[in-house]
Amino acid sequence: MTLSLLITVFAGSAFTAWVAHLGRLYAAWSAGAITLLALLHLVPRAPAVFAGDTLVERWKWMPEAGLDLVFRLDGLALLFALLILFIGLLVIFYARYYLADDETMGRFYSYLLMFMGAMLGIALSENIIQMLIFWELTSLTSFLLISYWQHRAEARQGALMALAITGAGGLSLLGGFILLGGMTGSYELSVILASGDLIRGHPDYLPMLVLVLLGAFTKSAQFPFHFWLPNAMSAPTPISAYLHSATMVKAGVFLLARLFPALSGTPEWAWMVGSVGLTTFLAGAFIALFQHDLKGLLAYSTISHLGLITVLFGIGTPLAAVAGVFHMVNHAIFKASLFMAAGIIDHESGSRDMRRLNGLWRYMPHTALLAMVAAASMAGVPLLNGFISKEMFFAEAVSALTHFRLGWLLPTTITVGGVFAVAYSFRFIHDVFFNGEPVNLPRIPHEPPRWMKLPVEMLVALCLLVGILPALTVEPILRVAAAGVLQAPPPDFDLAIWHGFSPALLMSVVALIGGGLLYARRRPLYALHEKYGDHFQGKRLFDMLIGKLFDTAGWITRQVDHCSLQRLVLSLVITALVFGTSAYLASGSPLSGGGDLLPLDGVSLIAAAGLILAAVATVVLHRQRFVALVLIGAVGLVVALIFVKFSAPDLALTQLSVEIVTIVLLLLALYFLPQQPDRDSDHPRVARDMLLAGFAGSGAGLLAWSVLTRPYQSISDYFLQNARPGGGGNNVVNVILVDFRGFDTLGEIAVLALAALGIFAMLERLHLPGPKSDSEGRPWDKDKHPAVMASLTRLLLPLALLVSVFILLRGHNLPGGGFIAGLVTAVALIMQYLANGVAWTQERLPGNLHPLIGGGLLIATGTGLGSWLVDHPFLTSTFTYLEWPLVGKFEIASAIAFDIGVYLVVVGATLHILIHLGRMHGASHASIDHEDPR
Amino acid sequence: MEALLSLVIGILTACGVYLILRTRTFPVVLGLTLLSYSVNLFLFSMGRLTIGHPPIISPSAPGYADPLPQALVLTAIVISFAMTAFVIMLALKARAELGNDHVDGGRRK
Repeated sequence: MTLSLLITVFAGSAFTAWVAHLGRLYAAWSAGAITLLALLHLVPRAPAVFAGDTLVERWKWMPEAGLDLVFRLDGLALLFALLILFIGLLVIFYARYYLADDETMGRFYSYLLMFMGAMLGIALSENIIQMLIFWELTSLTSFLLISYWQHRAEARQGALMALAITGAGGLSLLGGFILLGGMTGSYELSVILASGDLIRGHPDYLPMLVLVLLGAFTKSAQFPFHFWLPNAMSAPTPISAYLHSATMVKAGVFLLARLFPALSGTPEWAWMVGSVGLTTFLAGAFIALFQHDLKGLLAYSTISHLGLITVLFGIGTPLAAVAGVFHMVNHAIFKASLFMAAGIIDHESGSRDMRRLNGLWRYMPHTALLAMVAAASMAGVPLLNGFISKEMFFAEAVSALTHFRLGWLLPTTITVGGVFAVAYSFRFIHDVFFNGEPVNLPRIPHEPPRWMKLPVEMLVALCLLVGILPALTVEPILRVAAAGVLQAPPPDFDLAIWHGFSPALLMSVVALIGGGLLYARRRPLYALHEKYGDHFQGKRLFDMLIGKLFDTAGWITRQVDHCSLQRLVLSLVITALVFGTSAYLASGSPLSGGGDLLPLDGVSLIAAAGLILAAVATVVLHRQRFVALVLIGAVGLVVALIFVKFSAPDLALTQLSVEIVTIVLLLLALYFLPQQPDRDSDHPRVARDMLLAGFAGSGAGLLAWSVLTRPYQSISDYFLQNARPGGGGNNVVNVILVDFRGFDTLGEIAVLALAALGIFAMLERLHLPGPKSDSEGRPWDKDKHPAVMASLTRLLLPLALLVSVFILLRGHNLPGGGFIAGLVTAVALIMQYLANGVAWTQERLPGNLHPLIGGGLLIATGTGLGSWLVDHPFLTSTFTYLEWPLVGKFEIASAIAFDIGVYLVVVGATLHILIHLGRMHGASHASIDHEDPR
Repeated sequence: MEALLSLVIGILTACGVYLILRTRTFPVVLGLTLLSYSVNLFLFSMGRLTIGHPPIISPSAPGYADPLPQALVLTAIVISFAMTAFVIMLALKARAELGNDHVDGGRRK
């Protein structure tokens, strides 16, 4: 169920990207429907969770490494998942109205769903390594979301900064998780959460804690890593509303909650988490007051509230943890609505600058009312949800008086922070909606479309509902979530609006009144901040560090790479020579191993002599390019003969067909390369290169000799013995390719497919002028396609295809197989192109080869995945015997399907490469004909 | 026979290395092709040389050549074709973008 939820969201992301081409709004509808569907996944299982169960689901993933895909649904996970999906749904709805007509909806919603899936993965993971994968995925997808407006430099920078900081945090978290797994012997939360004492008593506790906390703090924008968050405000506002209310930044505090029973309860935890949280709380609230940008204020307020939640987990009492979870929910609700309101204001007035936005109350009273209620909740005004959790926070701070020395510091500092929080909330309300008239706005502000306000209204209604009737609305889920955090029955807590006169109430009152006074006296403070405030900027430090890093990297690159292929090749060859020679000299073993040698025969001598002559002639005549091409073809043919001689029929067939394709390719390329002879090699260089080549050749030859003369033990006996009983084939080379080492082959055809696609990308829109005449100045023959050749190849095609099918099918038992058959088919088809011209053939053959390549890869991968369905490892092959009338009994192996995949990829890739080049040829030829009609 | 094959490998390597040190793209492609021949032969010979016993299971066969290097080299041949093709296209692209066929982009004459 949990797996299918995640699959729904991730597959839905791809679907949404696809459906977007049907029309602008389809993407929004699709994303909304998928989110609803995901929510429905949770409904049937909620009762069990409310009854106190922890639902764990397990799929085998990498059993050898002790890793399974395990999901966990307990109270905390359920609460978090609901929050992600619910706010996600509202954001999807809101963004449909927010995005401008010319902005791509498909990309936006597809990324959003991907991010949502990653967040859900964090919330629902039982295995912490798996959780980390989703954790990194949120960093990556949030990078895509923040940089949605790719054309804006600050969006790209903000996204990069967020990625760098949260990515680095993820790395540190990985270290922490590995240490944690080492301590407990398991990567699963059930074990980890139950072994708190073991973990806290372990000598590695402190380093592990630091690493894990670094991960959580970077993600949750805690001081001193907070600065990425305001810079991420360059994202579209719906993204900010999502990332900085319910998701992304909440992942860090979620981690604190998740690991609370395992890690908390030590002085180290209390001091690190508490002090970082407190600093963040205070600094965020302080800076927020001085932001002129509406979203900037909200960004720093988010930082401050995250600090508040962190402090609560740092205090470490069960009640504080409950308050932490509660505030996570409340903050998500009011902050999402505030961001959305800010988005509306920006959208309808064209500015986010609070020095210009004034008096909007008269222009958009409805939005103003919603924003004011949400801002009041942020300030902690009674009858709103923010008040209740803030009250719990104050109460916990007061109770810490008895826990710690210097305990009085905590409530005092927190009250100061509370004062600033109230002040910036006041500012949000007063500066934007009152305080005179708008100053020089790009457009006259007005209410947004009716439905754009709906998500804000729902969230604000929730603020009120939770604030007035906490026991009826939020208490049940909070209770199971608290049980999930503590892994124990939650302590008694009373969610009431009125607790009587208590120190916490006093703190609330002080904060409210103090905040009001502070805001009233803001002008001198602004002046002070204007003068001194700009010195504390994490961004500047970050930019400086990143700049230094790039400079250093650039310097190292310049030292190593002189942008010259020749020099690089030269140093490569010399390095290989030096290392090879010195290693051999150091070993002191004899050059010849003294094993038995095969006798020489005359034919071999002649063939070898031919090969050597052809190779040397290729070098000598390389300036006469056509001759060199013929000669190198001869070398290739003799190489194929060598394979024949030494019992490798498969290799000989492959070499032969590749040879043909390569020569055709080189011929085509030759046409486009300049014909003037190569003159820029002076004599000393030629001598130096010859010397090097001589050394390299002797090295390779001697190495081959010393290996060939030594006896050896092969691991191939296993393959020889098992090819028949295990793989169902007699041709061991083919069985190795499609069965024993099928995974390697899959990788190899993927490389082939990538090379073909890369070539496609390079040749697209490439226009090269061909020469007007051949190298001796004669014009090209107008009779491009000789009739005899054309008719003959057309006749031969069916026969050639039949041969290739035959080679494919028999490959498992006799020389042949997908690679060879693919090449033979490719050669047969290329013959048609050569004989009849590209245009003629193109009309009769499918022009687009991408489906062929992709289909081949899919078939090969699908065959591999198929063995999973029957509970075997990836790419396990099976075979059976079939009775075919007339042909008789024969066996069929599932590996043949894999081989067909290989075949398709080889055909597709080879044709793709050659046809593209051929088409360019045709194009340039056509232009010649056109220019010179004779 | 072993000496002969070693000689062949050595010569192919030498020719290949000489050609890849040239300055024009076409000889470099030729050099890469020659080098890939020699490397493939070298890898193949790691299974030692066997005459007349292809690795195809049959009850009457007295022995088999080592199939493992053969399987490796088979894919290597196909991959080196893909690589050669890629390098050629790179050369063509460079020719189109830079207007010459110098491997270093023709900045140093």
